[in-house]
Amino acid sequence: MAKSIDVSDLSIYYGDFLAVEGVNMTIRAKAVTAFIGPSGCGKSTFLRTLNRMHEVIPGARVEGKVMVSGQSLYDPTIDPVAVRRRIGMVFQRPNPFPTMSIYDNVIAGVKLNSRKMRKSDADALVERSLRGANLWNEVKDRLDRPGMGLSGGQQQRLCIARAIAVEPEVLLMDEPCSALDPISTSAIEDLIHQLKSEYTIVIVTHNMQQAARVSDETGFFNLKAAGQPGHLVEFNPTTKMFTNPDEPSTEAYISGRFG
Amino acid sequence: MSVTAPPPAPRAARAVVRPGDRIFAGIARAASLTIMLALAGVFVFLAIEGLPGLSAPENIYAPAEDFWSYVGPLVFGTILAAVVALVLAVPFSIGVALFISHYAPPRIAAPVAYVIDLLAAVPSVVFGLWGGLALASSIRPVTDWLYANLDFIPFFAGPPSVTGRSMLTAGIVLAIMVVPIVTALSREVFAQTPRLHEEAAMALGATRWETIRLAVFPYARSGVISAVMLGLGRALGETMAVAMVLSAAPVVTLNLISDTNPATIAQNIASNYKEATPDKQAVLIATGLVLFAVTFAVNFAARWVIARSERKVSR
Repeated sequence: MAKSIDVSDLSIYYGDFLAVEGVNMTIRAKAVTAFIGPSGCGKSTFLRTLNRMHEVIPGARVEGKVMVSGQSLYDPTIDPVAVRRRIGMVFQRPNPFPTMSIYDNVIAGVKLNSRKMRKSDADALVERSLRGANLWNEVKDRLDRPGMGLSGGQQQRLCIARAIAVEPEVLLMDEPCSALDPISTSAIEDLIHQLKSEYTIVIVTHNMQQAARVSDETGFFNLKAAGQPGHLVEFNPTTKMFTNPDEPSTEAYISGRFG
Repeated sequence: MSVTAPPPAPRAARAVVRPGDRIFAGIARAASLTIMLALAGVFVFLAIEGLPGLSAPENIYAPAEDFWSYVGPLVFGTILAAVVALVLAVPFSIGVALFISHYAPPRIAAPVAYVIDLLAAVPSVVFGLWGGLALASSIRPVTDWLYANLDFIPFFAGPPSVTGRSMLTAGIVLAIMVVPIVTALSREVFAQTPRLHEEAAMALGATRWETIRLAVFPYARSGVISAVMLGLGRALGETMAVAMVLSAAPVVTLNLISDTNPATIAQNIASNYKEATPDKQAVLIATGLVLFAVTFAVNFAARWVIARSERKVSR
């Protein structure tokens, strides 16, 4: 079940350092939401707070609220491990488990949830996930080979297959194409289009054309000034963002006149 | 038969050799050659001095009759002591290393790591003293309990040594000496696990332990095995600590807690070398040669195991 995410007044800290300040937004279910902005403005940091991956860095913490279908992610009774099982993540660089086969990589997350599975169910799940990630036809004959033997783009799709195998409610993608060539990038973008019929997708990208191509809504993050925390400048439907943004600084950034 | 024959390689295309590179390469090469020579020298010495020991007069080997029945129990004792030490030390070391690298807050991890490293600096004589006096006298309740409850296992067949100077005590002392080596090296490897792999596991909803199992152990495995091999090397060769704990007899027994314990090769050399006649010395050196061979064999076996398991993974 895809879920929407409500973020209210979220500030993110590394120790005493305020990295991102006062973010408010609503991320729609079954839609693609893209975050754009210059490096170091906190968009990846913000993304990582959505599945509580931010806090694995010592000293990192947040203030404010993130609600997923009415439940606060940062409620003291919520186990971050359970959050990450519901909200999957794909990273900037493909990171399949190096010692595992393609097959084992796909079901790694399911095995963690310690669901006992029959072999036939596991096979079906692997096929469904790999098909979902548009990788099945390329790897179906070598499922027992190591995942690291695939090309970068295939590895990234393997990571997406691994993430959707646990049937998350939300899929977070942190610059999923930045280490890939244009062909692989276009394969991943096609995949994002397909996936949004089932999942809520949040993607961070440095590539504004990519944001324009894949997303329904776009958030523009920027630093208030050098040395100041990052903040959300504008959050609007992507078509509006790229044609008629509310904020002059958004337009400056998108049109390449950054200032 | 092309018209344009390949032109002779122009001189400029040859790699430029800079003096700095040359000097450094020379130093590195010399260092590695030296260590090979030293190792070969030790081997040659052991072989030349030890060979007569293989066929010394029979009474030298007393109570055994020939060299192989003399060295047999020693090899057995050496390996038994080392195995006991590793069985005790390795799980403990990996636990401590994981605690330092993944569980403890930095404020605690640093001092713990420092103390463990200090343990490596304690001379083995001191461990021997402690083992022979303090540990041996206080281990009785443990060996009594093992004998009373687990005497169906050959290791604890007893009867327990009254003095506490048993193979188990020696193994514990050795384990304490092995722990810092294995811990320090494992910790380094664990800490080098790429964040990317760990985050991959965590993002799937892995708990801390599952993350370690999914990302840290596979990455660190060959490094940890190397660490264990180094620890094993120390346990195989350790002399003083064993000599001060064990009262040895030429026996082959798995019994870890009784009075009669097989000696180890190193210990046997240390305790007999001074009073030995030239014939006996040759025999002792020959046992040293055997220890050399055993250590080599164990190392090669371990390398082979690692290489094989790695091939399996990358196949």
